[in-house]
Amino acid sequence: MSQVKADARGPGTAVRARPMSPHLQVWRWHVTMAASIATRVSGGALYVGLLIVVGLALSLAAGPGAYTAFAGVLGSPIGLLVLFGITVANFYHLAAGVRHLAFDSGKGFLPTTANITAWLCFGFAIVAGIAVFALALMTRS
Amino acid sequence: MAEFALPKNSKLTKGKHHPAPEGAKKVKTFKVYRYDPEVDSNPRWDTYDVDVGSCGPMVLDVILHIKNTVDPTLAIRRSCREGVCGSCSVNLGGRNTLACTHAWSDVPGKEITISPLPHMPVIKDLVADLTLFFAQYESIEPWLHTDTPEPQKEWVQTPEDRGLVDGLYECIMCACCSTSCPSYWWNQEKYLGPAALLQAYRWLADSRDEARGERLDYLEDPFKLYRCHTIMNCAQVCPKGLNPAKAIASIKAMLVDRVV
Repeated sequence: MSQVKADARGPGTAVRARPMSPHLQVWRWHVTMAASIATRVSGGALYVGLLIVVGLALSLAAGPGAYTAFAGVLGSPIGLLVLFGITVANFYHLAAGVRHLAFDSGKGFLPTTANITAWLCFGFAIVAGIAVFALALMTRS
Repeated sequence: MAEFALPKNSKLTKGKHHPAPEGAKKVKTFKVYRYDPEVDSNPRWDTYDVDVGSCGPMVLDVILHIKNTVDPTLAIRRSCREGVCGSCSVNLGGRNTLACTHAWSDVPGKEITISPLPHMPVIKDLVADLTLFFAQYESIEPWLHTDTPEPQKEWVQTPEDRGLVDGLYECIMCACCSTSCPSYWWNQEKYLGPAALLQAYRWLADSRDEARGERLDYLEDPFKLYRCHTIMNCAQVCPKGLNPAKAIASIKAMLVDRVV
């Protein structure tokens, strides 16, 4: 096969460089596009979650004072909000991963199917996130 | 790194407003991207209040009505006006489609936005520069490759094998899919894009073609093929109802198949 010609895009004859047409500025999103970017964003959130787990382990190693302080921060309203976000992101990323497994086996590519599975991923993440969080809050001593 | 905002020379300004002619009964507003390469100024949004009672139902009818009765300088590429040539592809109300087969009444919103295919260099108004797009198509060598001697008559194929290229050969290269794809927006110099990849698969799936190995070698690249992240915009917007995302997945499966 031949490589894409390097000079495939000429300078044009205009008096100034050609403008770039609007993209995100005009685009009306499908749920599948939101699902895709949410996969990436939730993946990023998982890194933050992992840092928190590492922080927890370090504070545990540092002694009761450090641990109490760290747990206090996590237990504050903002800390709980962050934890809830990471819990939802975790479940979303899990569901999106399963959806991509189906994609990789060649299934689920009809736009209607892809729309439904995208909504299912969002739904599952929120329901599972709330369930886990409710369970955690109920069993908190 | 992807740049989400438009470059300085591409930011849109507010343009002219063209009111509907007196006595117009049914008026719809169209917001149209305008760029004149002969004038040293940024592109602008012109608005046209169109008497839709006096033109045909499709967006192309509206564009030609504007061109014929209001503003003859408006540039659009079009030819067949029935969805087979792939010339009049534009972004309509935020989604790519063919202006000739899309009724304006099917576009949601009070005001209908018409802009060139997204994230492409604009030649004039609604005409985007598709040179790179077609160079990418050329690079996959969209013709039959054979080593065996030419048969006396034609290259034969069973009806079943012929069926394998259904949903692939119908592509009209309108570029709606490629220019809908965020991966293509951010990496179009390296990623071949949904249209070229659908066509690459069209030749991979053809039972008569004998260059499968070379074709797969060309595509096995982190950017050319694997920038597809199944965002699915391509299949969502294809005006012919084809599914480039599925074709790309099939290429990925072929690449796995040949090493296991």
